[in-house]
Amino acid sequence: MRADAPGPPGHKAVLDAADIGRAVTRIAHEILERTRGAEGVVLLGIPTRGVPLAARLAECMRRVEGRPVPAGSVDITMYRDDLRLRPARALGPTDLPPGGIEGRTVVLVDDVLYSGRTVRAALDALNDLGRPRAVRLAVLVDRGHRELPIRADYVGKNLPTSQQEVVRVLLTETDGQDAVLLSQSPPGGPSHRGRRRP
Amino acid sequence: MNRHLISAADLTRDDALLILDTADELARVADRPIKKLPTLRGRTVVNLFFEDSTRTRISFEAAAKRLSADVINFSVKGSSVTKGESLKDTALTLEAMGADAVVVRHSAAGAPHRLAGWVRGSVVNAGDGGHEHPTQALLDAFTIRRHLGDRSGADGGLDGLKITIVGDVLHSRVARSNVLLLSKLGAEVTLVAPPTLFPVEVSGWPCATGYDLDAALPKSDVVMMLRVQRERMNAAYFPSEREYSRRYGLDGARMALLPEHAVVMHPGPMNRGVEIAAEVADSPRSTIVEQVANGVSVRMAVLYLLLGGQGPASSPDGSQDESQDGSHGESGEDQA
Repeated sequence: MRADAPGPPGHKAVLDAADIGRAVTRIAHEILERTRGAEGVVLLGIPTRGVPLAARLAECMRRVEGRPVPAGSVDITMYRDDLRLRPARALGPTDLPPGGIEGRTVVLVDDVLYSGRTVRAALDALNDLGRPRAVRLAVLVDRGHRELPIRADYVGKNLPTSQQEVVRVLLTETDGQDAVLLSQSPPGGPSHRGRRRP
Repeated sequence: MNRHLISAADLTRDDALLILDTADELARVADRPIKKLPTLRGRTVVNLFFEDSTRTRISFEAAAKRLSADVINFSVKGSSVTKGESLKDTALTLEAMGADAVVVRHSAAGAPHRLAGWVRGSVVNAGDGGHEHPTQALLDAFTIRRHLGDRSGADGGLDGLKITIVGDVLHSRVARSNVLLLSKLGAEVTLVAPPTLFPVEVSGWPCATGYDLDAALPKSDVVMMLRVQRERMNAAYFPSEREYSRRYGLDGARMALLPEHAVVMHPGPMNRGVEIAAEVADSPRSTIVEQVANGVSVRMAVLYLLLGGQGPASSPDGSQDESQDGSHGESGEDQA
């Protein structure tokens, strides 16, 4: 029942704010369960929208466990495999929590898992930042169509899509509201070029 | 951004802010265990230096190497230029080597501009005669922003900051580039020098001018001392170094006239005891060593934005959007 769901016309809301909240809470619990109370866990969001998601997960885990869980961000722009295909773009922030990632269990957090290329780039970036004990992946939406042998450990919502569709995650911190929208990509290809600015 | 960086005037305010923001992120690479990014792997940067330089050449070399570019250092001593090879023939040689960027320093103003017409890669001006030195201006703006950014505009500019540039304006490419860039970023720039060391065209520059350093200091947020370029002076521009130093040198007593928060800058190399006293150069208010470190970050940003993508970066102007494009798996910004 999402007739009043937010978002521009032509978009179908797949998740609303309450759904996103529940998904984040569930993922937080799953991480706690599998890491025995987030022992040695560092949450690293991939800019742009992975960063607020990582912060929400950390906050949720702190409430449950009663102690802070370190969260930060890792920018992957310089490690992308498609840099040469488009003009150089602005960088996102890389903020490691104090203590770094050496010997920790890093949970990468992103909004949408699609081709897997962003995650591959993030793994390369981590490699230059230290040597984590293990790396896990948490995503709000897994929309399929992987191009690399990568899978998520924690998924908010599996969303079967066609490659013609566009999945758009909106978060209050970056977009003023929480929603996941699905729409058809306009004929003639993408109308927007990616832009990232901290 | 343009394909080349020849003049600070080539940069829009948004371009400059994009470079500074990028440099902010890249500066943190220096704190990491592995001070290297793979971004320019397989790209070749040629350092073409027709004039002596230590810090600028090393700075560009470090910047290119931290981005994993291949660096070829071409200094005129020991090259065919001493045998009389022309700039154009040198350019064609570089072209044949497949240089993706040429960082050029030349004693003749306009040499980088000419070079840009002959090579396919990007040309970055690392100082041409008395004309311009845009990356120096960028690193100065970066340094100022790091110290005084909280006193200026919200968008990361230098709005409202009062910057006094002192000394040999006539021979200074640093002064010209700084006036152009800093004023574009919103700073109020004042040049202070003896009348003989102002260029004729200074009245057309976007800055104020003055002859009295002591009057300018109390209202300056930044004072930037320029080197007295003795090697370019074949006439007497002032009676003696001692007199110059008395009127236009920054010593401890003059530094005390500055507001509490003000910083002292110098592009280097310094003539200690002439334009700047040793006690000032070594004081905690001096950003001189920091400027060198910032130079690497800013030059990394310039090289990345010129060479990192398919073409030069486009600065954000509102026409772009954060959204991904669904039909291309690899290009969606947020589509992992």
